[in-house]
Amino acid sequence: MRDVAVVSFAQSTSFAPDPLRNEVELLLPVMNEAVERSGIPKKEIGFTVSGSCDYLAGAPFSFVSALDAVGAWPPIIESHVEMDGAWALYEAWVRLQVSDIDSALVYAFGKSSIGDTNEILTLQHDPYYVAPLWPDPVSIAALQARALLESDGYSESDLANIVARSHKSAMSNSSAQRTSETSVEQLLSAPYTVSPLREHDCPPVSDGAAAVVLATADLARRISERPAWIAGIDHRIDSHSLGARDLTSSPSAALAARNAGANQGPVDVAELHAQFSHEELILRRAIGLDNGTAFNPSGGPLCANPIMATGLIRIGEAASRIMDGSASRAVAHASSGPCLQQNLVCVLEARDG
Amino acid sequence: MAEWCAVTGIGQTKHGARRGDVSIAGLVREAATRALEDAEMTWRDIEAMVIGKAPDMFEGVMMPELYLADALGAVGKPIIRVHTAGSVGGSTAVVATHLIHSGVHERVLTLAFEKQSESDTMWALSSRLPFAPPIVAGAGGYFAPHVRAYIRRSGAPAHVGMEVAVKDRLNALRNPYAHLHMEGINLEMVAASPMLWDPIRYLEACPSSDGACAMVLTNEANAGRAPKPPAWVLGTAMRSEPVMAYGRDQVNPQAGRDCAADVYREAGITNPRKDIDVAEIYVPFSWYEPMWLENLGFASQNEGWKLVDDGVTAFAGEMPINPSGGVLSSNPIGASGMLRFAEAAMQVRGQAGEHQINDAKVALGHAYGGGSQYFAMWVVGSEKP
Amino acid sequence: MTEPRTEPVRKIRTPIRLDYTMTAGEAQSRFLRQIANGKIFGQRCPECEKVYVPPRGSCPTCGIATRDEVELADQGTVTTFCIVNIPFAGAAVEVPYVCASVLLDGADITLFHLVQEVPVDEVRMGMRVEAVWVPPEERGPTLQSIKHFRPTGEPDAPYDAYKDRM
Repeated sequence: MRDVAVVSFAQSTSFAPDPLRNEVELLLPVMNEAVERSGIPKKEIGFTVSGSCDYLAGAPFSFVSALDAVGAWPPIIESHVEMDGAWALYEAWVRLQVSDIDSALVYAFGKSSIGDTNEILTLQHDPYYVAPLWPDPVSIAALQARALLESDGYSESDLANIVARSHKSAMSNSSAQRTSETSVEQLLSAPYTVSPLREHDCPPVSDGAAAVVLATADLARRISERPAWIAGIDHRIDSHSLGARDLTSSPSAALAARNAGANQGPVDVAELHAQFSHEELILRRAIGLDNGTAFNPSGGPLCANPIMATGLIRIGEAASRIMDGSASRAVAHASSGPCLQQNLVCVLEARDG
Repeated sequence: MAEWCAVTGIGQTKHGARRGDVSIAGLVREAATRALEDAEMTWRDIEAMVIGKAPDMFEGVMMPELYLADALGAVGKPIIRVHTAGSVGGSTAVVATHLIHSGVHERVLTLAFEKQSESDTMWALSSRLPFAPPIVAGAGGYFAPHVRAYIRRSGAPAHVGMEVAVKDRLNALRNPYAHLHMEGINLEMVAASPMLWDPIRYLEACPSSDGACAMVLTNEANAGRAPKPPAWVLGTAMRSEPVMAYGRDQVNPQAGRDCAADVYREAGITNPRKDIDVAEIYVPFSWYEPMWLENLGFASQNEGWKLVDDGVTAFAGEMPINPSGGVLSSNPIGASGMLRFAEAAMQVRGQAGEHQINDAKVALGHAYGGGSQYFAMWVVGSEKP
Repeated sequence: MTEPRTEPVRKIRTPIRLDYTMTAGEAQSRFLRQIANGKIFGQRCPECEKVYVPPRGSCPTCGIATRDEVELADQGTVTTFCIVNIPFAGAAVEVPYVCASVLLDGADITLFHLVQEVPVDEVRMGMRVEAVWVPPEERGPTLQSIKHFRPTGEPDAPYDAYKDRM
């Protein structure tokens, strides 16, 4: 396998709903910043791949106009997945293993504010048995949260702790949408949205974009002082049927983590794609992370959730902790589907020389 | 050193206007199980899945890899869903080859599908943004002006489009999986059919189909254990260009030319007419055959129509194009690109039955999408060089 | 109590309705506000200097923002077209109608619009056309403020003038 590293990352400066700018306009400055930071001229990047979603955008082929931000002339080698950008990054990592290309630009974007994601996301369910019931994502997440609280000795305080920590961490993330210094007591006094989840246990509605530049070994060492090397990356999926699996665990996250080698060393930082507070508890256990790890120093999806970019941002944030020297080894996680159905784990590390 | 990639199993559904006999899961399993049987493999042998399809509005299911995880035996495995507009069936296969070339996996199932009867295809294809009048009538309405431009530019006689329409439907009569089986199709029938988007007639346009296509891709070691001769992937390429940009030539797109040059270079092809025995190319409206012949270097600029007119691209011709009947005979949009790739592989494996071209050793599979802006191609051969 | 089913269930009908508030974006908003004023403004890329109309926020070949505004005439040339005979739900006008690529004078890419007030079989590549606007009080921030284009009666533009911009 060729060694591949993250050499730059950029994200929107604000993830609040943006009534003025469309997806291309949100993406353009973010993409250009990531490319500029990488030091690789845009036209020399070998492969470009993105993640986005038509149903989120309310139009078919919605990724086509995003190509305008790339400046795909002369024509480029380019691809797209209808998934979170984390999977686009996986496709780029695989592509870079085939040795004719040394760099890749990965981007993702979405405006969750233009539609009602509580309705849109119901369409991810089995179209014959489940989707016609229009089960919104908060209720589905609450099902899992309830199962977890009742079986495993966790309490609502544990959820509130995660929220409080996330909001506090987010104060040092200038892009974060939700930040606060709040106590567990204050959080627990808020009313339920869908029991046992409160509004703060759920992600905000966000608009935004993210971009990452990957480079293979020689190039990465030339252009970056401290690249974030991808030591392992893997993704797996669980059964779609919510009744067919134990909602209090995530076998696919555990398997992906094992295959990616998450536990082959200490984990300084973990950026987890936990859109609901209880999901972090499940993921910690699945990936095998303990309190020696700093969780979601960015604030995580509870503080900004630009759907389709959120997972890519976890990889970008984890990579940034490596690149800025505050961590030596990090785990980034991305998720897709109801109740953590599909999971990707990426292990990043600093290396000498 | 990159691993060799081989196609050891191919399966497709019977394509039709409405496959009311299967659910979406049933449709994809029909193709997938046929591919596995062809490879004499089971679901357990597959390590990873790469699936592709066109916009989710065609079925009303968002991100269907989630719903299909169980039906495709993907639980506990990696599955990715590619979406590159009409070229998606091709680009999906290309992404799958990377998993093998890179050594990340040894046995991959790739599948593309569309069950577009579930929703309203024309509606799903049209953008209804409130800022502009809805005047572009679906795909035909978008491509017809470029067909007009080609006819003007090349001076091609008006009947060339009809010749392609007849040829492909006659070829489809040899393909039991094809959607359209038009016995007795001839030029008069095509000429008499209604003009939909002048200059494209009804019988010069593709149908709307439900269908799926699947292939088992393996590395060399696994190909050696396969029961039937594999098709070796000799080259793959993808290229994209923007939809509205100054300098674009939508009749003979640069991205298509660059993509072809790339895949020919990888596959060691220097003279497409001579080096390639048969080609399955993405022709949704009949005039795109002469246009793509030029774009792919089978004919020089403005001469593509002559190959059609002279019968060179007919089944018995010197350079047969779309012996399967092509997109003009079956068009499950998300699958059409992969069907081109799969049919090319079937040719060099000698498994195309009644539509087999004799001595086909090297074949081209081609797909395009969007506003003639996304291209994916592969070259497959019966021998590894 | 209904009779028990004997036929297998072969399909279910699940209507789906989703509402979206589409964002025109800054570049397109500037364009549409001028349309509401009866003017057509394209945007020029600072690097390649090509004029895009409607503007796309980013120059598709250079990948940078196009901020320079250029007022364009509401006249141009039909570079290519088709005659739509097949009706579809929500179409703007009745069939048959001409959907044309119109290269406005001063623009570097074409835009799609209707060509009317001429028999469909008399429309030609190279035909000179002008915009027919809806009355000022009916104009709004949408390309539907232009009802259609119609022939100006000028001689056709020579093929060479537009053959590279179809």
